[in-house]
Amino acid sequence: MTVFVIRRLMQSGLVLFVMSLIVFFGVYAIGDPIEIFISPEADQIERERAKAALGLDRPVWAQYFAFLGAAFQGDLGRSFVFNMPAITLILQRMPATLELAVSALLLGIVVGLPLGMYAGYRPNSAGAKAILAGSILGFSLPTFWVGLMLIMVFAVNLGWLPSTGRGQTATYLGITSSLFTVDGLRHLAMPALNLALFKISLIIRLARAGMRENMLMDYVRFARAKGLPMRRVVFVHVFKNILIPIVTVIGLELGSTIAFAVVTESIFAWPGMGKLIIDSIQRLDRPVIVAYLCIIVFMFIVINLVVDILYSVLDPRVRLSEAKG
Amino acid sequence: MTAPTLVVEELRTWFHTRAGVVKAVDGVSFSVDRGRVMGLVGESGSGKSVTGFSIMGLVDPPGRIVSGRILFGGRDIAAMPEDELRHLRGRRIAMIFQDPMMTLNPVLRIDTQMIEAIRAHEDVSRDEARRRARDALGQVGIPSPDERLAAYPHQFSGGMRQRVAIAIALLNRAELIVADEPTTALDVTIQGQILFEMQRLARQTGTALLWITHDLSVVASLADEVCVMYAGRIVERGTVDDVLDRPAHPYTAGLIGSVPSRNLRGQPLQQIPGVMPSMLSLPAGCAFRTRCARADEACASEPAERGFGAGRVARCVHPLVEPVP
Amino acid sequence: MSMAQATRDPGVQTPLRRFVADFAESRVAMAGLAVFALVLGAALLAPLLSPQNPYDLNQLDIMDGRQPPMTKSLEGFVFWLGSDDQGRDMLSAIFYGLRTSLGVGAMSAVGALAIGMAAGLLAAYFGGRVESVVMRVVDIQLSFPSILVALILLAVLGQGTWKIILALICVQWAYYARTVRGTALVERRKEYIEAARCLALGHRRIVFRHLLPNCLPPLIVVVTVQVAHAIALEATLSFLGIGLPITEPSLGLLIANGFEYLLSGKYWISFFPGVALLVTIVSINLVGDQLRDVLNPRLQK
Ligand SMILES: Nc1ncnc2c1ncn2[C@@H]1O[C@H](COP(=O)(O)OP(=O)(O)O)[C@@H](O)[C@H]1O
Ligand code: SF4
Ligand SMILES: [Mg+2]
Repeated sequence: MTVFVIRRLMQSGLVLFVMSLIVFFGVYAIGDPIEIFISPEADQIERERAKAALGLDRPVWAQYFAFLGAAFQGDLGRSFVFNMPAITLILQRMPATLELAVSALLLGIVVGLPLGMYAGYRPNSAGAKAILAGSILGFSLPTFWVGLMLIMVFAVNLGWLPSTGRGQTATYLGITSSLFTVDGLRHLAMPALNLALFKISLIIRLARAGMRENMLMDYVRFARAKGLPMRRVVFVHVFKNILIPIVTVIGLELGSTIAFAVVTESIFAWPGMGKLIIDSIQRLDRPVIVAYLCIIVFMFIVINLVVDILYSVLDPRVRLSEAKG
Repeated sequence: MTAPTLVVEELRTWFHTRAGVVKAVDGVSFSVDRGRVMGLVGESGSGKSVTGFSIMGLVDPPGRIVSGRILFGGRDIAAMPEDELRHLRGRRIAMIFQDPMMTLNPVLRIDTQMIEAIRAHEDVSRDEARRRARDALGQVGIPSPDERLAAYPHQFSGGMRQRVAIAIALLNRAELIVADEPTTALDVTIQGQILFEMQRLARQTGTALLWITHDLSVVASLADEVCVMYAGRIVERGTVDDVLDRPAHPYTAGLIGSVPSRNLRGQPLQQIPGVMPSMLSLPAGCAFRTRCARADEACASEPAERGFGAGRVARCVHPLVEPVP
Repeated sequence: MSMAQATRDPGVQTPLRRFVADFAESRVAMAGLAVFALVLGAALLAPLLSPQNPYDLNQLDIMDGRQPPMTKSLEGFVFWLGSDDQGRDMLSAIFYGLRTSLGVGAMSAVGALAIGMAAGLLAAYFGGRVESVVMRVVDIQLSFPSILVALILLAVLGQGTWKIILALICVQWAYYARTVRGTALVERRKEYIEAARCLALGHRRIVFRHLLPNCLPPLIVVVTVQVAHAIALEATLSFLGIGLPITEPSLGLLIANGFEYLLSGKYWISFFPGVALLVTIVSINLVGDQLRDVLNPRLQK
């Protein structure tokens, strides 16, 4: 187990390093940000001064090593646009994104798991067919367009929900979140649903397939032969078996949910790190781009590692063979 | 003489598949007395398991019991609603399945799977249930049962898992145990031990056993009576001694001829030629016609059941022994 | 039944015929195919079908701006799906947008297919180091969501039609590589025996006569899935303003243009391009689902 974790950590470190190389040198190659910040009338001296102030006068590799050295001390550069440390900027926006992503995943589980399990339990019922059709549609619907349609229906036509921004937050148990206020929830509802749409479809598919597969297994018949009520067979025996792959996927999906939040955040003007990165790419705010990508890759690696470990905790077969080996 | 524990009368269990109606069990009748062992033999696909599942009330769609009665404790299982059936299963009728690797739930501990089997039927404390589970494990010869209770199924060998399954079947002192080829997947020595223990158990507790197998030698060493099944019908039924020593039906004779130990050394085994026809396209009349050496035109019409003395019956136009009217 | 038997037996159709017959068994899939054919036709024939050339500024009249569906334009034709702020006929814009979206999707698929196939074949054929390096890269890339890979690349490359195609290729190639290698590995085991028997069989022959034909069925399935995915991803990126440039308006850009008018109730500028996008993706997915069932050897009767 430890060997496994160490190997994974080393591999992850390598990925992170390669990533920082690609991103840094790649980002450096796009246009000259100085053009954006300096008025066209500025003279040469003014330009040089600005360049020096931003550290852009040094050779690329020197900039990279300076970046790398600083990165190890938690400094990923200063935003050209906001004139503040990129990492602070991103960390400020991160809670909003995490709140959105986690809400979307929870919504995916709460909605997707029961629907999927039902569709797998009664695969020939009309309800199951409707659920399946819905999940196929959910896979095909472009997220951003669904977001627009949600705004059109719930904000413009019905006027029920606000169309942009994050609502009021409140602090509870040390966590500051808009989940704790009505206004916050009203703002969160549409973005979370929008981001959850794909997850709901995915979880429906997984739960349905798992349910169908497991219901045919001998252990289900044996459990029924013991005289267990059907609800115990489904909610204890089958549920525990389908939970393992689903938890794995949900865990892995957290990363991709955070990544796909860029779309939802842009539509609903949700002040998270996804909107920040899109704005930064458009404004060529290089340090923020580089910092965002490094942080998100780092998050990915951590999430994947945690999921791997979680998986082995959940599945006794893996847990015990790992413990022995 | 008391009434038999189980009486099956003209049972028909059919599967309505897209390809047509599979008459997996088509007019099966037999009975099992208290403390007796009934062997149900036949080639794979002859409808033995479906007979067993019908008795458990565990036939799933597209299968359905279309007619016949299954009398147990004065009630007809075939006509019983599901919630009543559930209280019968595991408490008064228990079942053991063929593949011990598949029957226990891989992600639940043994104690969970045993305790739930008790508490599904009786309002006892967890501790009491646990104690009984431990005793049952000891009874089937599992060493240090206290520790093994906390183990997961994959930590047991195949033979030990089957013992656990048997222990579960014994938990509630069922009046009838349906054992569907429980030793087929095990090696010969373990098979012998389990057979011996099960026989002793039936005698001691008065439990009636329906022992399903494709192996005549198992029937010979274990059962009191035997039903020989072919293509969904019972072609011969009687005491083990009668049927095995002087088979009346050519199919029974063929089965006996293909058992290695019954042949003289050096002689080739006499396999029954051909294969069992598909259940979807059975020939009219005697289903064994396509493989029978004695077949003629008379066999094209359904052979009636004929008596051969002492409760022995067979369905054959040209039996190997003289019928007793 | 083996293929050889199937061709000899007079009552049985050729594999291609059987494939077509199997595919046609699902009416939903046939409907999907028909719709996709319509979409493709609209994209190819856009200049002929469109009432106006939406990108010829001389044909646009700002006075025609933001007309709701079914209004008559100053030019005399009808805005069946309304017009945008520039007085552009949405129906024409959608036809042209489909052209761009499908074109980008198809080109990225071809590129990804070529690169992925080459990488997968190399990995399967040479094994050892080559294989472990290629497959490790594939694994790592596939562990990142497509949008993140695209974001990184677009952040690095900047914007432009070819850049987004390149980004889409980079997103997709790994799927093809994995598929090709999987199938090729199975074939390698079989073919090596034959290759040893008749050494005259050259590498090229093994690759082109044996490996590729066997990789084809799973590849076809992956292509449909990936083309749908690429179209959706391109639309998303263009919507975010980091995809295609304004000079080449794909459906995503059309939807983005309508965003600001959506809040004032002028839904059609965003709505109809979105429907076109949805119809395209759903039709491809329906075809892909059926292909998967028909081409899956495990499900074949
Ligand atoms: N779920 C099912 N659907 C269709 N046919 C079935 C199903 N289960 C069993 N059968 C058919 O019933 C027949 C008897 O099966 P089974 O009782 O399992 O045979 P045995 O136990 O004697 O080997 C077989 O021909 C099998 O194909
Ligand atoms: S009825 Fe005829 S075919 Fe059937 S077993 Fe008897 S002799 Fe053979
Ligand atoms: Mg069986």
